Amino acid sequence: MAYLLLRHRDIPGLENIEIYKQNGGFRALEKAVTTLQPKQVVEEVKASGLRGRGGAGFPTGVKWSFLPDTIWPHYVVCNADESEPGTFKDREIMEGNPYQFLEGVALACYAVGAAEGYIYIRGEYYPIAKQIEACIAEMEKQGYLGDSLFGTQTSIRLKVHLGAGAYICGEETALLESLEGKRGQPRLRPPFPAVVGLYGKPTVINNVETLTNLPFIVEHGAAAFREFGTEKSPGVKIFSLSGNVERPGNYELPLGTPFRELIFTHGGGIPNGRKLRAIMPAGASSSIIRVDDSNFDRVMDTPMDYESVPSLGSMLGSASVIVIDDAHPIDWVIKKTIDFFQHESCGKCTPCRDGNYWMKHLTTRIHAGKAIAADVKLLDNVAAQVYGKCLCALGDFSTMAVRSAIERFPEDFEKVTGNS
Amino acid sequence: MAKLINLKINGKPVSVPEGTMVVDAAKKAGIDIPVFCYHPKMEPVAMCRQCLVEIGRPVIDRATGQPVLEENGQPKLQFGPKLETSCSTPVSEGMVVITDSEKARAGQREILELLLTSHPLDCPVCDKGGECPLQNLTMKFGPKESRFLYDEKHHAEKHFPLGDLIFLDRERCIQCARCVRFQSDIAGEPVLGFSQRGRHTEIVTYSDPGFDSVFSGNTTDICPVGALTTADFRFGARPWELKSSASICSQCPVGCNVTFNVRREVKAGGGYVIKRAMPRQNEQVNEIWMCDKGRFAGYQYTEADSRLKLDSPELDQALSQAAVKLAESASQAVFLAGGRLSNEDFYTLKQFATRLGAKAYLYTRHGGGEYTTRYGLAPGSNLGNLGKGDTVLVVASDLYHEAPLWYLRLKAAAKRGATLIVANARATKLDEFATFVIRYSYGDEVETVKSLSSKEKVGEAIKNTHHLVIFYGADGLGLTGTTALAQACADLFTSLPVSQTAPKANNGLIGVWSTPNQQGALEMGFAPCADLAAELKDKTVYILAADPAGDDPTLAEALKGAKAVIAQDILETETTRLANIVLPAAAYTEREGTFTSGERRVQRFYPAVPARPGTKADFALIAELAKRCGIDLEGRSALLVMNQIVANEPAFSGITYAKLAEVTEQWPIIGRSDLFYGGTGYENKQGLGVTLSLTPGVSPQGRDKQATLLSPSPAAKEMRGEGLRPKEDELLAVPITKLYDNGTTVAPAKLLAAHIARFDGVFVNPATAKKYGLENGSQARVSLNGVTYSASVLLDESISTGVVLIPRSFGIPLAEPAFVLLTALEPAQEA
Amino acid sequence: MLTEKYPSEIQAIFAKYPVKRSAVMPLLYLAQREEGYITKENMQEIANLLDLDVTEVAGIVGFYTMFHDEKAGKYRMQVCTDLPCALRGADAFLEALCDNLGIRVGETTPDGLITLEEVKCLGGCHRAPLFQIQEGDMVAFHENMTVEKTMELVEALRKSVNSSPRAATA
Repeated sequence: MAYLLLRHRDIPGLENIEIYKQNGGFRALEKAVTTLQPKQVVEEVKASGLRGRGGAGFPTGVKWSFLPDTIWPHYVVCNADESEPGTFKDREIMEGNPYQFLEGVALACYAVGAAEGYIYIRGEYYPIAKQIEACIAEMEKQGYLGDSLFGTQTSIRLKVHLGAGAYICGEETALLESLEGKRGQPRLRPPFPAVVGLYGKPTVINNVETLTNLPFIVEHGAAAFREFGTEKSPGVKIFSLSGNVERPGNYELPLGTPFRELIFTHGGGIPNGRKLRAIMPAGASSSIIRVDDSNFDRVMDTPMDYESVPSLGSMLGSASVIVIDDAHPIDWVIKKTIDFFQHESCGKCTPCRDGNYWMKHLTTRIHAGKAIAADVKLLDNVAAQVYGKCLCALGDFSTMAVRSAIERFPEDFEKVTGNS
Repeated sequence: MAKLINLKINGKPVSVPEGTMVVDAAKKAGIDIPVFCYHPKMEPVAMCRQCLVEIGRPVIDRATGQPVLEENGQPKLQFGPKLETSCSTPVSEGMVVITDSEKARAGQREILELLLTSHPLDCPVCDKGGECPLQNLTMKFGPKESRFLYDEKHHAEKHFPLGDLIFLDRERCIQCARCVRFQSDIAGEPVLGFSQRGRHTEIVTYSDPGFDSVFSGNTTDICPVGALTTADFRFGARPWELKSSASICSQCPVGCNVTFNVRREVKAGGGYVIKRAMPRQNEQVNEIWMCDKGRFAGYQYTEADSRLKLDSPELDQALSQAAVKLAESASQAVFLAGGRLSNEDFYTLKQFATRLGAKAYLYTRHGGGEYTTRYGLAPGSNLGNLGKGDTVLVVASDLYHEAPLWYLRLKAAAKRGATLIVANARATKLDEFATFVIRYSYGDEVETVKSLSSKEKVGEAIKNTHHLVIFYGADGLGLTGTTALAQACADLFTSLPVSQTAPKANNGLIGVWSTPNQQGALEMGFAPCADLAAELKDKTVYILAADPAGDDPTLAEALKGAKAVIAQDILETETTRLANIVLPAAAYTEREGTFTSGERRVQRFYPAVPARPGTKADFALIAELAKRCGIDLEGRSALLVMNQIVANEPAFSGITYAKLAEVTEQWPIIGRSDLFYGGTGYENKQGLGVTLSLTPGVSPQGRDKQATLLSPSPAAKEMRGEGLRPKEDELLAVPITKLYDNGTTVAPAKLLAAHIARFDGVFVNPATAKKYGLENGSQARVSLNGVTYSASVLLDESISTGVVLIPRSFGIPLAEPAFVLLTALEPAQEA
Repeated sequence: MLTEKYPSEIQAIFAKYPVKRSAVMPLLYLAQREEGYITKENMQEIANLLDLDVTEVAGIVGFYTMFHDEKAGKYRMQVCTDLPCALRGADAFLEALCDNLGIRVGETTPDGLITLEEVKCLGGCHRAPLFQIQEGDMVAFHENMTVEKTMELVEALRKSVNSSPRAATA
């Protein structure tokens, strides 16, 4: 199957604009700008069933249709702040297939009537940001960005904004704050960015991978897109596979591909003769799926799409599949995830700020064996206490691995029970 | 009037205006929801998550738009899966709020437990203990015991001085951002911020000097924990030891309502001393705020070493001697009173002067006050109601320094949509919030005001406004200049349609006086003297609450040429030092009385501490003197004097002490007595005051002809043609006012020493300094009227070249703008 | 003064945004370019340029981990030890680096060349162990690293510093 997103793997040199053009580049943009009304583009994307690839899986076309026609200007902001542990897909798109991505951003701008789009790239991706800036300059030079696109009245300008090290800026309202030159802390919602977004104006925020799907949808139509994936989760998805597998990396597969195919066929299975013990399908924010002899086949045969993964008590999220073998205790795993969330909590709301600090102490002590059984219960309590009370999703995410670990891997926590 | 929304909170039906947040609706219904980050004066941020409640909303049938009904006919409700923050959720029709279910209470308890994990729980040594929202809410809503191991606490810096007035305890801070938001959203001075993130989030200031704001003390009131404390009160007393006494701040004409907290101490011989000043809510005056000058200099002089006092026989002798001198001088006596006196004092003094046949003057260099009695604010006024469609003009005043609360109120009015026009010869802090900034040259004040109506946009804003309020100050002006300016402002009113000049609320002329009760004096017909030095010659001069000798060597000379000088004051001054007879007055903190604010609001202050032995209230001293001159005046109590004022002064008709003490419910409810909803500032239980009635165009003099009182001071004379243009080598020196001055009642405030010192000098543009070979901090000679003064040079880029600003009260007696020479005292170092 | 050093770059940054304040992060990177950290004077200048209070600028510096307000080594070697990397030996890698460099995490080599730091996910989980090197306003990734390769890189950096004051890290 030919790649739809990671096309550079089929076409060497695709990061060069001439090669991109030779391979159908900017046809979708030209088609949209010269033959389609913005509303038609929105409808086509709605019909495609494309869902946001950043993690939440919200239908992209529907999100666009929330922008009020009465308030202008509109902005498009691309979330390229990829920071979830286990996620490295947007990076490969921007490095290998930058023009398809940028064409997608331009299409989103056209669809919602935005003359300006900002691409918020995490600070650690500095070289990629420089590359994207150069690509934008090249597109402007060749008339794919700027004024009077394809001889029409349409103007679209794209700008890169570099982050500076903050996971929370992947949260869309924190991202907007950061782009506005503030501390990247989430905003109170409502109002939602679709109504009050960047500089107080209606704003669409989409992930890199989401936007990179657009040229295909616009050029070939919703039906062609729906040929991949499942009814409710159409299209392909890039799965970032990491952890204890032979061949970690990005794999572009149709949504609904079973875990087995990703982990064993593509990933080459678990190295060093170890056994698969746990999967975190949505990076550090996942509930941990336990894999053992009793459910191995059931887990392996579960399709990776937005609807099926929850049947395993987890989420697909950004499809950042972290594979954990039986050499790594799960109490250590959650110590690692809490280390992360504690470090990345923005500090704005109490449960996330103080809850993660507390959980960090508990997970550290439990892993070090300096805890009593009641501490495990307390950890579960604190996580439950944080859940559902935070200002944004980060706080909830921080509790996922903790609660599922305690529930599903009791034996890993029993070492402290012995002390009590 | 906003639409009313009906909802139920804990089963209780509540109707509140649309847009009200659930938390406020509950407060109105007498239901407390715990809050930390939410403050009724600020936009909700929903950060602390403490105010979680269950909220159900009627299910609406999409087809019909009507609520879906249950079988029993009640609307079907839908509750969200999560608790909601009541501070950020606006009420909606048919909403059902439950604040006390097990689910809601668990949520509140759990958030509190999380907050307490990061809090040191050092209540026994914390200044906030006893009036701490965290402490109280923990008792009411919190967990009973801690599941958090104490030795896993996050430790942070304690006793960190943010500036020299406010200390920060970083361990106690619960990151509610009330202080940060107050500084940025209300004060407009974002000098506090958060740095770092997560559990390491901490309050920082990078301003130089630290926490550079004149409103800093307010952050300690709204801090819901003991993280921010004032340098004067920390470790000073425990809240439960304190008694409170209502008062009015006397540092400027705004008349902020304050509460003095007092307790008995050994150092006062077992008597009461004032431990701190706190704001007292008056939504029509200062809301729940006060400035740092009021907080840190408002009462401190009560205990100054330089307090005047006499023992009983000495006082008796002094009064007798003074009475003899006054009685024999009679019409050759001149009374000179400063605007620090109360209404009762002024009235008594006026009666005394009338009966004796003496002349009585108001001691001030800010003229034109008679216009404010004719065109001032009418009853019902509230700057807090100014907004869209209204226009405010501030001319020749730096409100941030001269009357900080007015600055705050006008900044807010501009935010609500009022057109704010700031006209001054130099940049002032209010410019940032102004709709129009008009810059003129010193000397062009009157021309500027006259030309406003003919300006396109500004003219429209003035002509088409619903309400016009004009503040006029004395920035760069003396007595003649201010008088002319007031007249020009009054002319602006008379040029407007009658609808705008007829007495109505929120319309009128306000003088930005330097004293708390100049307005009260003006309303009783007092006026300044145009040529004071000449007037004093060979007279018996009775000076009250004023220091002419300290202000101006010319006046000191004049007093030396007087027949006799009787000085009545609280503190020792240059004038008391050269007086023949000194009468020690009680401080206003030690007695009862009323002040009339610049907005013409009469407000009561109450004794916070007993009068020092050997001192008496000014009106009592005056009455005593009069009595010994054979004139019988009321001097028994301030209340009895007020009864006479009401009977004899038309503007005061209808006022009684009881009326001044009346309180109506104020919004927002700040709730000191329950859980400190709005902070530790005081609720107002002792009176909101009453605004004087107004008959436009009729001066008090017109109604009450007093031969003894002088007619309005003369109009400005032209100095040198258009504006005040200095010749080569000359600089135009103009007097200005800085907040922290060196005045009699301010200088004893030890905590403000460094702040006062920052203004001890003369301000020039860096380019001007360079021209004269001066740099920041270098000593210069200022030659004024043939006399040379030395002063530090302070640089300010916003001042035009050719001008030198002379802050009042620092020793250079500049009464009116003048041309001066500036020379270096010693050559500046080569850069 | 940044305005004297980088006038055209500052102009280009301002041109990017309709609201001045958005320029704060790009300006902070500019301020960090030469010395690798942002001085209080720089913060004040940026505050003046953007009509902000210096405290607001400092709060932004403090929030983002890639801005620094203290001097460190010329190269900040930032090793990711988050879960996916740790599953592939990042913790042991970092420990070995400490031994080889003779410093602990957070410390700087005596010659001022390398400051070793432990950071959160860099987005290179499939190529662990990895680190990024932050130099001034630039960042470069070094992936699929071993201790040997790292020490060779350190040597190369040391040499290039000696020959040119501002070496490329990539």
